[in-house]
Amino acid sequence: MSDYKDYLTRQVMLGKMNRREFLGRAAALGIAASTANTLFATSAAAQEPKRGGHLKLGLEGAAATDSRDPAKALSQFLFVVGRNWGDTLVESHPTTGAPVPALAESWEPSADASTWTFAIRKGVKFHDGKELTVDDVVKTLQRHTDEKSESGALGVMKSIKEIKADGDKLVLVLTEGNADLPLLLSDYHLIIQPNGGLDNPDAMIGTGPYKVMSFEPGVRATFEKNADDWRTDRGYVDSVELIAMNDATARIAALSSGQVHFINRVDPKTVSLLKRAPTVEILNTSGRGHYVFIMHCNTAPFDNNDLRMALKLAMDRETMVQRILGGYGKIGNDFPINETYALFPEGIEQRTYDPDKAAFHYKKSGHSGSVLLRTSDVAFPGAVDAAVLYQASAKKAGIDIEVKREPGDGYWTNVWNAQPFCTSYWGGRPTQDQMYSTAYLSTADWNDTRFLRPDFDKLLLEARSELDEAKRKEMYRTMAMMVRDEGGLILPMFNDFVNAASKQVKGYVHDIGNDMSNGYVATRVWLDA
Amino acid sequence: MASGPMAGPVPTDETAREIDARSTDPSGVPANPTAAVATGEIGGTFWRLFVFRRPLAALILKRLGLSVGLLFAVSLMISGGIEALPGDFATTYLGQSATPQAVENIRRDLGLDRPWSERYLSWLGGAVTGDFGTSWASKQSVSEQIGKRLGNSLFLAFFAALVSVPLAVGLGMVAVQFRNRMPDKIINVISLAAISLPEFFVGYLLIMVFAVEWGVATFPATVYDSMALADRLSAIALPVATLVLVVLAHMMRMTRAAILNVMSSAYVETAELKGLSTFRIIARHAAPNAVAPVINVIALNLAYLVVGVVVVEVVFVYPGMGQYMVDAVTVRDMPVVQACGLIFAAFYIFLNMAADILAILANPRLRHPR
Repeated sequence: MSDYKDYLTRQVMLGKMNRREFLGRAAALGIAASTANTLFATSAAAQEPKRGGHLKLGLEGAAATDSRDPAKALSQFLFVVGRNWGDTLVESHPTTGAPVPALAESWEPSADASTWTFAIRKGVKFHDGKELTVDDVVKTLQRHTDEKSESGALGVMKSIKEIKADGDKLVLVLTEGNADLPLLLSDYHLIIQPNGGLDNPDAMIGTGPYKVMSFEPGVRATFEKNADDWRTDRGYVDSVELIAMNDATARIAALSSGQVHFINRVDPKTVSLLKRAPTVEILNTSGRGHYVFIMHCNTAPFDNNDLRMALKLAMDRETMVQRILGGYGKIGNDFPINETYALFPEGIEQRTYDPDKAAFHYKKSGHSGSVLLRTSDVAFPGAVDAAVLYQASAKKAGIDIEVKREPGDGYWTNVWNAQPFCTSYWGGRPTQDQMYSTAYLSTADWNDTRFLRPDFDKLLLEARSELDEAKRKEMYRTMAMMVRDEGGLILPMFNDFVNAASKQVKGYVHDIGNDMSNGYVATRVWLDA
Repeated sequence: MASGPMAGPVPTDETAREIDARSTDPSGVPANPTAAVATGEIGGTFWRLFVFRRPLAALILKRLGLSVGLLFAVSLMISGGIEALPGDFATTYLGQSATPQAVENIRRDLGLDRPWSERYLSWLGGAVTGDFGTSWASKQSVSEQIGKRLGNSLFLAFFAALVSVPLAVGLGMVAVQFRNRMPDKIINVISLAAISLPEFFVGYLLIMVFAVEWGVATFPATVYDSMALADRLSAIALPVATLVLVVLAHMMRMTRAAILNVMSSAYVETAELKGLSTFRIIARHAAPNAVAPVINVIALNLAYLVVGVVVVEVVFVYPGMGQYMVDAVTVRDMPVVQACGLIFAAFYIFLNMAADILAILANPRLRHPR
């Protein structure tokens, strides 16, 4: 009950619940009206952010090999570092996922969504005092779209044909229409740098709420408030310190001893222990990341749809979510989209564990003998356990799965996207289009299920330039059904992002976009002394 | 004191045996250098005379020569090892997000398309002139980064040694003094318990008790450039305590065994019969003969304190060399791995050499091997 009370209080603080609704729910909990009134008043008062203080975060994912250049940012640590010092043209809305203006004030597509014009915000200053111009934006995007670039956003930017300035506006010409273009520009690699970062990509100079004071790769990064920030609704603390903590136990110890205010990547297995600490709050956010078992649709024996269907039905999703995610997640339905996406296709029947039906399809497939599943704990936390659980549930359907544990080192090179059946992980993408284009388009580099369907490709391209939402939603529904019923993807679960913070930390925004409040954690929270 | 067997002062320690073995090696130094001159081996005469006159300097020179050769071998092995690992820098660095285009670009940039031998030789050329190049991943100067990391590692190792070496030797002596009595047993049980627990477990226990429960110790032990010395010392208190617990037993037990061994020998008995004081017996007769094995085990543990503490670094979030090298191996960052490997090897070689030299200084009998 107190959990639920905390939840209600939080909703009020986030401005998501009004007085009437709060009192109603509190009454249902059996809280006296007068108490509820006081509670509401204090919660609502806490909504006003406090300024000042020194925020310390202990984060997993840093290495001595980390690069300062945002183009080459890969780790969780660098994700937050970049969000602190830099801005992108567009951001995504924390709860709806829709594009919202950042350094671009507004935008306008052409009728076929193939040419986009962005108005660049005026009066924004870089940390070195130089004013942001449309030229900086053009140069930045050019650097990331260069064929020779090592940018992590290269794949996202492939469809941009031409980048130019039109007066003080930015014009992007695409090879084909794309209704989702603004969201693509919210990619965390695409931080706008002075002169596009061409002079010195490692300078860490941007327009973000914090200036970089020091950065030691794999150790620590410190930040100081940018006094000239163009926004007032962020950057509440005076200074931020990110400490690299790759050991899960070290993070928990640091948080429970009060040495840091926030930690990421809490192992679901230890959540219940951490919850006992009175000063700690678990922050779990539904996300788009999903844990998967992938089969190559063009490789025997997985080129048989009955076998694929048998393997999908032999998966006990509820148990997976409980055992592997400790309940911090949602069950999946064998297509890579969940309700956090805009235009989510509703009403598709949930696939459940059905040994009899699985046995039926397995028999029909004519396959005999065992099926080899390769796995490693680098695929996702608990992947080996998940594979063994799956082995057990499939056995009840008469399917013999042989689990082979592969070395973690080199897993992404030698097993994933190379072997016909293995475990893997997908982080979400800002849009359905991008998720499907990255992994389910026939020509995609990362088509890890070898899903080769010309009709699917055609539909995907049509949906991309379709500006009518209703039509587009219907198209995405058809695509989801294709992947769900004929694809090589077994998607048992979407994982929550599980972080934890000291109760001093207020204003945490549960952002569906990505982990750690979409990387903005340090710029959005404040400290309540 | 119980009378020992009639065997006499047999050197039982590893160093003595090793040095003896070397002296009987056919390619080694002949017992009588003048005989070598007589047989007409003029080319080696100067060296042989030098070995006879300055055995210590000769030993050091020989060891230094050997060390350089060893370092080359090490660099070759590391480089070959990385080559044998699955995946190259481009694919492992990008991991799951590797697009063929990005992989291609990185390979071309770094010249990974060139044959391995060519890349190794060009790296070696730089390393010989003291240029370790730049890290492939972070594009920072390797020498500069290692400078910081090595400084941190040495800082931690120095304080761990400062506490553990005197403590181990002292406890060893106490244990001898109270042999097979209560203090000896307590020291043994506690130190053995500490060495039997894995380092990470000792670390976690200390963190739990001192940082989380009592809140008296600093955690994490992250140190950085602008940190004041007092803060630094407070930050490393827990990792130092862990390391001390881990290395203590080894050194303590070796000290105890070595002193006991010498104390039961005939010449100590003779000294006792001469009526010398206990202090004089230990200082003049027993200690020099017990020092060699103790120095050896101390050297081994010192080397461990510098190069073997990755787990402790991870647990305490300490930015040392071990973590640096592991990060680099993970993404096959060749210049960094090579440089770290060489430095680690150099430490082992140097400390072993120092141990041998000190052992010889302490025990002149080893200076003229027969």
